[in-house]
Amino acid sequence: MRFKHLHELNTICTAESKTIARLMIEEQVQETNTPEADVVRQMSEYYQVMKEAVRKGLTEDTTSRSGLTGGDGKKLAEYIRQGETCSGDASALAMAYALCVSEVNASMGRIVATPTAGSCGIIPGVFISSQERFGWSDEHLVNGLFCAGAIGYVIANNSFISGAEGGCQAEVGSAIGMAAGAMVELRGGTPEQVVHAVGLALKNTLGLICDPVAGLVEIPCIVRNGLGAVTALAAADMALAGVRSAIPSDEVIDVMLEVGSAMPSRHRETAQGGLAQTPTGRKMMEKLAKPKAKRAEPEAESEPQSTKDNSKEQA
Amino acid sequence: MRFKDVFSIIGPSMTGPSSSHTAGAARLGRIARQWLGCTPERARLTLYGSFADTYQGHGTDLALIGGLLDYVTDDPRIPDAEKYAEQAGMEVEFYTSGLPAPHPNTVKIELWHGERQCSLVGASIGGGSVSVHALNDFRVQISGEFPTLVLRHADKAGVLASVTSTISSSGVNIGYMQVDRKARDGEALTAMEMDGAPSAEMLERLRSLDHVLDIRVIDLKRGVDSDAV
Repeated sequence: MRFKHLHELNTICTAESKTIARLMIEEQVQETNTPEADVVRQMSEYYQVMKEAVRKGLTEDTTSRSGLTGGDGKKLAEYIRQGETCSGDASALAMAYALCVSEVNASMGRIVATPTAGSCGIIPGVFISSQERFGWSDEHLVNGLFCAGAIGYVIANNSFISGAEGGCQAEVGSAIGMAAGAMVELRGGTPEQVVHAVGLALKNTLGLICDPVAGLVEIPCIVRNGLGAVTALAAADMALAGVRSAIPSDEVIDVMLEVGSAMPSRHRETAQGGLAQTPTGRKMMEKLAKPKAKRAEPEAESEPQSTKDNSKEQA
Repeated sequence: MRFKDVFSIIGPSMTGPSSSHTAGAARLGRIARQWLGCTPERARLTLYGSFADTYQGHGTDLALIGGLLDYVTDDPRIPDAEKYAEQAGMEVEFYTSGLPAPHPNTVKIELWHGERQCSLVGASIGGGSVSVHALNDFRVQISGEFPTLVLRHADKAGVLASVTSTISSSGVNIGYMQVDRKARDGEALTAMEMDGAPSAEMLERLRSLDHVLDIRVIDLKRGVDSDAV
């Protein structure tokens, strides 16, 4: 890839008068030696999976296997139909769709990891509600996914995108930054505005811990996806209005790495802290406790190979 | 760069709820099945680290079983994989272990079918990507992202030269190669990640070489219906 940082995305796209989506497609073709048609087809298929997840969340039972979550996306969609929302219909619909996709995820339905499964509601929530609102073609939204992918590529390679590594800021936060930036480009904003949107969005999620109740991708993950979709729209609006991230967006990404690395492990997807360890969170966990598989018998057990060689691998 | 391309950020299409615990687990199961070469009759899975702690809530067990049935990451049958395993006559046992492992999300998969038996140790390293660390206790480092040839062969001088010259005469480039052996003059295993899929003819020529005991192709992009090679 010709870029590793957001400022490079901006410089290259501005100099060559192309969108971030176009650059990402070209770089993907070059990097993987795959025809452009195949690359675009793959992304189009992913977009259809996202749409299907929204539809499923709106029309089918999304009760999770734990029974803790499900049905909130539907509830919100119904509420929007009935009257005036507090956050505005556009925000509320993005939120409803994001909840739908996250609920489908929690119920072991089909979703696309964007960038992870725990954060899979935000981009579809923002994209699909905006497509309905602005009457955009699928092709336009697929381009938006390439733009989001380019932003995620930068975040993932300079900081992190998994809750186990960097807390929920890395997971939901990255998705919000990706959705915000892509939304700016979809609305015709400049690459520079895209970059500012990412910084503005990420600043608002710094320090967000990953504290899943009972270790499940449900509470608070689903609700954070819904609220994240609204944050993404708001950050896109700021950037389109000309608001700049006073701290350059690449520096914000570096700060996310610093903050996430400093987080104690109990706040990084271990369910040992945060909401997971509230009295109610503990009760839920106890209620769900199932008999575990047998421990491997010591005589049959041997240490899996190459422990030392791979100890540095990412979590 | 840890993340190589746009689809390591957007994607995979998968059954929820966790890219590490579900999508990665399905891929590891599928690689193990390809290593065995057919649907196992019996499977013993030992989970380590976070896999051991949270596999039930994440459906990691169902995804692993789905993979053993050759299901891709977004196969709708994954949530009911236990039922389909029973229908396929596959007996599955899960164990957890507190021993140190190569990665927090590690599984050891042991499979049996008739006389065939194999084992794999692999880890789910994030975003649905996986890394296989051992095949039949031989050390490897493969991702399943590329068509991967795995050869069991005798540890004899000249075997690798004849293998690589056979491959090069087929016009396929080897991107990565690793050799490990149990003991001098004993059994050895060579894993090769290739830029292109091996042809049936190439596999046939490799199989006929002296001292080559067995060949398998591991490739997550391969069609799900292909079985033993």
